[in-house]
Amino acid sequence: MPEALAERAYEPVIGLEIHVQLKTRTKMFCGCKLSFGEEPNTRTCPVCLGHPGTLPVTNAEAVHFALMIGLALECEIAPRSIFHRKNYFYPDLPKGYQVSQYDVPLASRGRLGDVRIHRVHLEEDAAKLVHAGASGRIHSAESSVVDFNRGGTPLVEIVTEPDVRSASQAKEWLELLRSTLRRLEVSDVRMEEGSLRCDANVSIRPAGEATLGTKTELKNMNSFRFLERGVNAEIARQEETLRAGGAISQETLHYDPASGALSPLRSKEEAHDYRYLPEPDLVPLAPTEEMLERARAALPELPAQRAERLERDLGLPPDNAQRLAFRTDLGDFFEATLQAAGDGADARTISNWLTGDLVSLVGDSDPAASKLEPSALARLVGMVAQGAVAPSAAKEVLAILVADGGDPARVVEAKGLGRAGADELTRVVERAMADQADAVEKIRAGNRKAEGAIVGAVMRETKGRADGAEVIRLLRERIGE
Amino acid sequence: MIDREQVLHVARLARLRLTDAEVGRMTGELSSILDHIEKIGELDLEEVAPTSHVIELENVLRADEPRESLPREVALREAPDSDATGFRVPSPSTVEEA
Amino acid sequence: MSQDLLGLSAAQAAERIRGGDLASHELFDAYRERAAGEELGAFLWVADQAPEATPDGPLAGVPLAVKDLFCVEGVPSAAASRILEGYRPPYTATAVERLRDAGAAVLGKTNMDEFAMGSSNENSGFGPVLNPWDRTRVPGGSSGGSAAAVAAGLAPWAIGTDTGGSIRQPAALCGIVGMKPTYGAVSRYGMIAFASSLDQAGPLTRDVTDCALLLRHMVGRDPCDSTSTGVPEEVALPSSERLEGLRFGIPPELTGEGIEPGVREVFDATVWRIEELGGTVEEVALPHAGHGISAYYVIAPAEASANLARYDGVRFGQRVGDGDLLSLYEQTREEGFGTEVKRRIMLGTYALSSGYYEAYYGRAQRVRTKIADDFRAAFERVDLIVTPTSPTVAFGLGERTDDPLAMYLSDALTVPMPLAGLPAISIPAGMSEELPVGFQIAGPAFSENQILDAAYAIERAVGFDGGPPRA
Ligand SMILES: [Mg+2]
Ligand SMILES: [Zn+2]
Repeated sequence: MPEALAERAYEPVIGLEIHVQLKTRTKMFCGCKLSFGEEPNTRTCPVCLGHPGTLPVTNAEAVHFALMIGLALECEIAPRSIFHRKNYFYPDLPKGYQVSQYDVPLASRGRLGDVRIHRVHLEEDAAKLVHAGASGRIHSAESSVVDFNRGGTPLVEIVTEPDVRSASQAKEWLELLRSTLRRLEVSDVRMEEGSLRCDANVSIRPAGEATLGTKTELKNMNSFRFLERGVNAEIARQEETLRAGGAISQETLHYDPASGALSPLRSKEEAHDYRYLPEPDLVPLAPTEEMLERARAALPELPAQRAERLERDLGLPPDNAQRLAFRTDLGDFFEATLQAAGDGADARTISNWLTGDLVSLVGDSDPAASKLEPSALARLVGMVAQGAVAPSAAKEVLAILVADGGDPARVVEAKGLGRAGADELTRVVERAMADQADAVEKIRAGNRKAEGAIVGAVMRETKGRADGAEVIRLLRERIGE
Repeated sequence: MIDREQVLHVARLARLRLTDAEVGRMTGELSSILDHIEKIGELDLEEVAPTSHVIELENVLRADEPRESLPREVALREAPDSDATGFRVPSPSTVEEA
Repeated sequence: MSQDLLGLSAAQAAERIRGGDLASHELFDAYRERAAGEELGAFLWVADQAPEATPDGPLAGVPLAVKDLFCVEGVPSAAASRILEGYRPPYTATAVERLRDAGAAVLGKTNMDEFAMGSSNENSGFGPVLNPWDRTRVPGGSSGGSAAAVAAGLAPWAIGTDTGGSIRQPAALCGIVGMKPTYGAVSRYGMIAFASSLDQAGPLTRDVTDCALLLRHMVGRDPCDSTSTGVPEEVALPSSERLEGLRFGIPPELTGEGIEPGVREVFDATVWRIEELGGTVEEVALPHAGHGISAYYVIAPAEASANLARYDGVRFGQRVGDGDLLSLYEQTREEGFGTEVKRRIMLGTYALSSGYYEAYYGRAQRVRTKIADDFRAAFERVDLIVTPTSPTVAFGLGERTDDPLAMYLSDALTVPMPLAGLPAISIPAGMSEELPVGFQIAGPAFSENQILDAAYAIERAVGFDGGPPRA
């Protein structure tokens, strides 16, 4: 039996639960501005402090954003949904209940990429507990301070079907979701800052079986890397447990990024009895055709659609298409460059420039914020294609354009980076051959690797203005091949 | 009907620490109230929709326009225990799901 | 001099002030003195002084008693609960704000059943209120302090709240007028919540005219309350003295069993007067009204159990215990809440808890639908429905405190209307055992003007001129 277990291949089954802080101006149910690192408790009012007698009033923009998300995730929008109270006691929850949606969410049954969406609903965020303990972990018999600035921030909760099969797929899918939400401009979607938060429900089952294993819930994975690591750690833990003949118990686990450890959160049995009841202080949401139309009209082309279009219409390699589509700024710069390049432009080459050299120069920042103009990049790519600049020199030109701007032809001229002419190049090649008789000998003996020494010398001499292929042609011509 | 165990369970859910005497009395009183209430179990309500609001309003929404927040000292003024920045509580020894 | 002032109705007083015959601060001081020295337990807080200038507006500085559950910025507002002792809210309830804008001057905060949970005012965290007609009896509840204050001439008028009868029943037991408007007519913003889908603020006054005048300045759509609607037409001051063309319905379910003979007699006599005034009277069925108490005592406690979760000793109010968080919660709530409040939190928590929701809360909401349907059908046949307000006159202090179910059943005649969101008024219609008896008139949603008109005509015909000794 243990052998049989040990032999067995397991398949992970993963569902994700994502909380997205919406980028409205004010909170979900009151007029307090959202907080971005303000002093604690400076963005509160009687409503978001849960004072006696106060009542919530729903933020129209939060509903609009939630509808946009629902539509972007190809969901069905509920003709009528209501808010519920989810009751539990915790110091970060001022009213003793969270206003959320329960049996009828705003949107449901959608899809993003290869993962189905179970539901999308609106709710309010909890406040922040600042623990006085030095470790930052939760201790007893110490005091904490509650900061209600975050309390009441509008949240959209997105729950997927258990369609994810690996930690890396979870990470990639979450990246797609993030870029989709970013494209919608409804959230900052920064995991480190908590505007995008992801929990994972993880179970494993013998490969090929249809029934689901017992799942655990993983919390606190506040980066893409930690999500991948946390899920992998949990898959490994479950496999190990099952192979040892143990059973998985349904529990909530806290991921500690520092140690990589998963520790169970003690939670009392009754904590799960949320005693939901329809929120009597709010009236139903029944999106009108006008509200839906406004949400539809606000939808831009989404990353998944853009990737598909770039691949299909422009013939870009899938990798490039995805990288350009997932980063709206890159995608936009790419399309602007392509347009500036005009008819007959080589989209694939331009996409290579964008995803390769340009990204290594600008990193995560928007290339449009640099000095480089899309038209300048288009001309530079054109000069390379016409042989006016060698590819290696063009990289140098690009770096100058990113830093200082300007016209590529002028930069080439000013810095003397134009392709070396035929006479000049012949002279340089012949000198290099004369200087490195050893290498020439080896080449004659059929050692092609030795060509590198000559090419290198020529490149040094011309400061990269030479075309490597042309150097080799001249070299071989002289050797008599 | 409600028994002692249920009363204790409900009291925990509601964060009420009842004295022994209260538990006993509560069990009797709640039972007689529930017995009366349970008469609605005899009604045929199969086809009847529940009413949670008597008013027929929908989509009562607020424009996303900021309003002044309270000065911090006012926000903290009524707190039984606070420091200069916030509301002080004993740190939770258990974490419950949000 | 001061006795003359106290004899004026609020509307009369406002008129005199506006006519320059009376200084508003003089009136205020006369009442302030009485309220500060009263012995009924009606007030929990009394203002130090009159507003500096005579407020502009139709209410012209006439003093107003405010039930303790209305938040008034900087003024103690505790809903008569120990857990909120000393709480001074950082904001003011919309209803109070509107009345102030109309010129009302807040005289004081009145005692009540803690968090409005009760029918006798014996559940106040700060002691009971005595009925001014007989100090061994209760004033009714939960707006008992407001009702007693108006009846005893400690205030010209007052506002209260009604969840299952909390304005109408104490008005009846104290011999004054009390009205619960249509749900949504008055903003709930700033009213310390008991049961949100039922709570509604309204006036407690000496006569129907004052009731209309006060209500006129309370109603209105409030952007801070998503469930507020205001009223479709302005509340008018009633003037008709006849009831011609009005059809009155008497539901056997709310006028039969359990009604004291003395109350029954006053009710029958009042119905007879309606006919004299030209109204027609017929029987009309409310088949599910008898289940109102059951539905109410599930729905109201369930909502209350959530509404009262915020009293945790963290942001405001009292805190007890210096141990861990759980004991802080439990001790604060154990010591801060009174017995009735705990009982209802328990009842509501149980009704919502896993496995019981459908049997209790779900079913109660369906009964609510049935009750609303019954009223709708009835109002196709009649314009208004009449019943006694309370099955009994004011009962003795302590008489029902040991039997919560008996106490709950005293709301039987007033509970169906809020379950359906409908307006209803109680007016004094006569006496039994030397105590006042209330007569209830209910109408369809937003029929406030029609109810006030009918109440006015009946009030004139009845000529109730009682009043407890003002000593
Ligand atoms: Mg959530
Ligand atoms: Zn706020």
